[in-house]
Parts: sequence; structure tokens; C-alpha cells
Amino acid sequence: MDAANSLYLRRRIVNGIAIGLATIAALFGLCFLGWILWTLVSKGIGGVNWALFTQNQPPPLEEGGLKNAFFGSAVMCGLGILIGAPLGIAAGTWLAEYGNNSKLGTTVRFVNDILLSAPSIVLGLFVYAVFVMQTGGQFSALAGSLALAFIVLPVVVRTTDEMLRLVPAQMREAALSLGVPQWKVTVQVLYRSASAGIVTGILLALARISGETAPLLFTAFGNEFWSTDLTGAMAAVPLVMYKFAGSGFANWEALAWAGALVLTVFVLLVSLFARTFLLRNRISHD
Amino acid sequence: MTEAPTTEERKPMQLANVPDITTLSHSRQSTAMNDARLNLATPERASVAASPVKLAARGLDFYYDKFHALKGINLEIPEKRVTALIGPSGCGKSTLLRVFNRIYALYPKLEAKGQVLLDGENILDLKYPMNRLRSKVGMVFQKPVPFPMTIFENVAYGIRHHEKLSRSEMNDRVESALRQGALWDEVKDKLGQSALGLSGGQQQRLCIARAVALKPDVLLLDEPTSALDPISTSRIEQLIEELKKDYTIAIVTHNMQQAARVSDFTAFMYLGDLVEHGPTATIFSQPTKQQTEDYITGRFG
Repeated sequence: MDAANSLYLRRRIVNGIAIGLATIAALFGLCFLGWILWTLVSKGIGGVNWALFTQNQPPPLEEGGLKNAFFGSAVMCGLGILIGAPLGIAAGTWLAEYGNNSKLGTTVRFVNDILLSAPSIVLGLFVYAVFVMQTGGQFSALAGSLALAFIVLPVVVRTTDEMLRLVPAQMREAALSLGVPQWKVTVQVLYRSASAGIVTGILLALARISGETAPLLFTAFGNEFWSTDLTGAMAAVPLVMYKFAGSGFANWEALAWAGALVLTVFVLLVSLFARTFLLRNRISHD
Repeated sequence: MTEAPTTEERKPMQLANVPDITTLSHSRQSTAMNDARLNLATPERASVAASPVKLAARGLDFYYDKFHALKGINLEIPEKRVTALIGPSGCGKSTLLRVFNRIYALYPKLEAKGQVLLDGENILDLKYPMNRLRSKVGMVFQKPVPFPMTIFENVAYGIRHHEKLSRSEMNDRVESALRQGALWDEVKDKLGQSALGLSGGQQQRLCIARAVALKPDVLLLDEPTSALDPISTSRIEQLIEELKKDYTIAIVTHNMQQAARVSDFTAFMYLGDLVEHGPTATIFSQPTKQQTEDYITGRFG
């Protein structure tokens, strides 16, 4: 065997080892994801039944569901998105279209990145201090929504900013060269072009806040009873899980697992939907 | 889409054609380029000279922050003729085009000094209404950028901003614009479909139709075919030939054969200076400046 051949053989062996190790590493990571999902399904599926969605959370050792918690989560996540997303889109638009290279723009972008990585419990504490304490220490769904909105805000600012900056400069110029003013160009042309990305950002923010527990601890606080009062304490799925999962009562633990399963499936569906949305956008841009 | 040949890739072709260019006025050769040029050299030339000035730059300077990109440009663009701006990359030809509709004003730190006269009025004067300028001077860009809307809406979008038209008037207007863009026959059955589904060449003709829909006086074409394949390129060139009956056209191109084929006048620019300007046939056969000759014969650029 000559030198070139043996070198080639050696490279093939090294390549094989590298691929093998990378595959094992990938499977190792995936394996934990599978394990988590399997645990969730096997422990949670028993608790998923009609009563889970139609009955409120029970006292220990009694039958019940998580209706109040699902409702609370839906309301607070919805409100969080409703408050955070429009603000985020507006701020992101300003960053991409008007403040792009200015000093203020750079600063805002930097601060937004800090907010993006701020621990969520800090955001909860902040709302507790400036909202809950100011309203006489009254825990409320509104305060919870506000805390969630602070998580939504930087995510949406970031995605809006990035998606708008991905729109080719020539699209802007082409629209402006028709004599259309800049704000109209932004709303009527650029938003359409960036819409899939912006919606994806909002959906990912929704997925994230639906599992947040910490910012709700001292804002919405949780509620064992059915409540639709936005100015009062409200239940949320992660809060109930926090309370039930380690309680030692079999029925509470079963409910916590069922809630965890429903929550995970919801987040999974939202992410899947966001992905397909983004994918569709990519195809249409070619 | 097929990749457009870059300037570098085209060079061998230009070199091969060089002897033809220099001997052009004397010999009748049958290459497409010479045909186009001979057409120019014959009767049309007379009418070319007689056309009034539509757009004129007078002592125009342009700065990208501190970089002096255009140096005292004086250029007259005659009405209903095609004027080609040629020159190596960075010579300022696109910059000049972008001054003509003030699209540069979108970006900070860019500044134009001097005058650009459209029908005798200085468009650089901040009192000149942007709305009016943009409706009189349309622009088509290098990369086709259809808006993410239907084909119909792409054309109607600009019109809506300037005029209130009834439904039927709008339909007529969109149809006539698409006809002028030589696209109507291909899209008349799918006006409601997304413009993003069109081919690159069709998208570019849609962009031309979109610009034409506003009934401008002047059309600025910034390398309109550099992202297109040869067949689409040739369709656009035919279209330019048609459009010059109604519009004053200024085209920036890296492709000298294209300049020779489509333009009546050619301006050669180099490092921010307008080196030479005149009838295309003259510029290509008997340039007066050495730099021009070096460039069109492919010795640099």
C-alpha cells in the first residue's frame, strides 16, 4: 500500500470515529428529552380526563380538575401578550427603521438584550414593588399579566427588530421611490414582509410565558378557587404544579403531572406552529 | 434564477468584441452588438440630437459623510431618450442615479450639493415636494423586489397613494401598466396571486410596470438586468426600447454591450468624475478621452 492510500485510509477511520462520537452525543441529548417526555406522558396521561378541564382544583384527597388554573393561565398569558406584543412591535420598528444606527438605538438594543436575559423572578419582584405594593398589596391577575408582559416585551422587540432588518433595503427604497411616506411603507409593505417572523416571535414568547412560575409568585399569587376578577389573585397552571407536585397527596400529584403534560403539549404545539409559519415564510421569499 | 454573469465574467466577451467596436463605423458586422449600434448610427441619431433636456445635473457634488463621491457633475439627460451611465465599480454612477429621485435622503450623513434640474426646477431644493418628485421620477432596482402582495396590488399600491380611482379605472390603469411592462399576457389570469411566485425576470418587469403605473416622466434603471438570465435580460432590453417612446430613461449598467444596445447617449464616469458624455455611437467608436477608450476596450474596470 502506498503512502497516499494509507493516508486516505487513516482519514476515513478518523472521520468514522468523529461521526460516531457526534452521533452518540446527539443521541445522548435526545435521550433525555425522550425520557422527560416519557415520564410526563406516563405519569400525566392518567390524570387527563374531562374532569381536568371542567372542575376546579380540589382540596387534598378529593376529586377535581384544574379548570381555574387553565383559565388563569390563559387569561394572564393572553393579557401578557396583548400588553407586551404591541409595545414590542412598536419598539422593534423604531429600532429597525428609525433608530437603527443612532447612539440611542444602539443603547436601546443593548438594554433590551439585558432585559431579555433578566431572571424572570426579578421581573416579578419589580412588578411586586411598583404595582402590587402601590395598590395596597393586592395580588392580582393584572399584576401577573404585567410581569409576563415584561418577559414578552424584549423577545418581541428583538424579533421585530431582526425581522425588519432582514427585509432587503431595496424593498424599502422601491416603496419609497413610489412616493409613499415611510410610515405607510413600514406598515403596508415591511410588516407584510416580516409578518411571519414577528408572529413567530410572539408565539415563542407565548410558549415561554405559559410555563413561567417565578414572576407570578408575588403578583398573581395563585387562587384555589374559580375567579374571573382581574383585580384579584388568580390561579395559574405552573403555580398549581409548584404547590401540588411535591405535596404528598396522591390526587394532587396526579393533577400536577396532568397539568404539566397539558402545558408541555401546548408549548410543543405553539412551537410547531411557529416553526411551520417560519418555514412557509422562508419558501415564499425565494 | 440563473446567476447573472458578473462584469468580470463578461470581460472575455468584451475583449473579443473590441476590434469590432473600434472599426464599427466602417464595417457592417453581424454581431448583435454591432446591429444595435449601427441602428443608432443611422437615422435615429438626428432625432437624438434634437431632443430637449429633461433632467440636468449642474455642478453636482455628493458626499458620503466625508467621502467625496461625485465631483462637480454636469450632465444633461434628453427627453424620451435612453442615457446610459457606465464606468467601473465605485465610479459614482449609481450614486448619481440615486440623487435624481433623492432616494439617498433615506440614509443619514449623505449630502448632495449643486443643482439637479427637472424641467428647469431644482429638485434638490428642499421645497420641491417629495411626493411630486417621486411621482415624476420612477426607479427600478438591481434586484427585483416585488412587494409581498398580489400581482395586482403591487401595481395598484403606488397609484392608490397618489390618486383616487374607481374600481374600473384602477383595473384599466393596472392593465395598461402591466402591458407597458410587457407582462400582461403572462399574468392576466393570475392577478390575484402572490407576486413572489413570479420568475426573476417577470418580477423585474413587474417592478418596471409598478414604476410606470404612476405615469412618471423619467425612469431610473439601476442595473436592472444584472440579476437576470440572458433571456430575461433581452426581454427587458426590448422593453426599454419600447418605453423610451414615452419616458426619459437613465440606465446604470456594468455591461457595455447593453449600454451600446439600448442607449442613445452614454456617460462615462470614473472616480466620481464625469469623464465623457455624448451620443453612444461616438463614445464607443471615437471616444475623445484616453480613459474612456481604455475602459470600453476592456483595459481596466
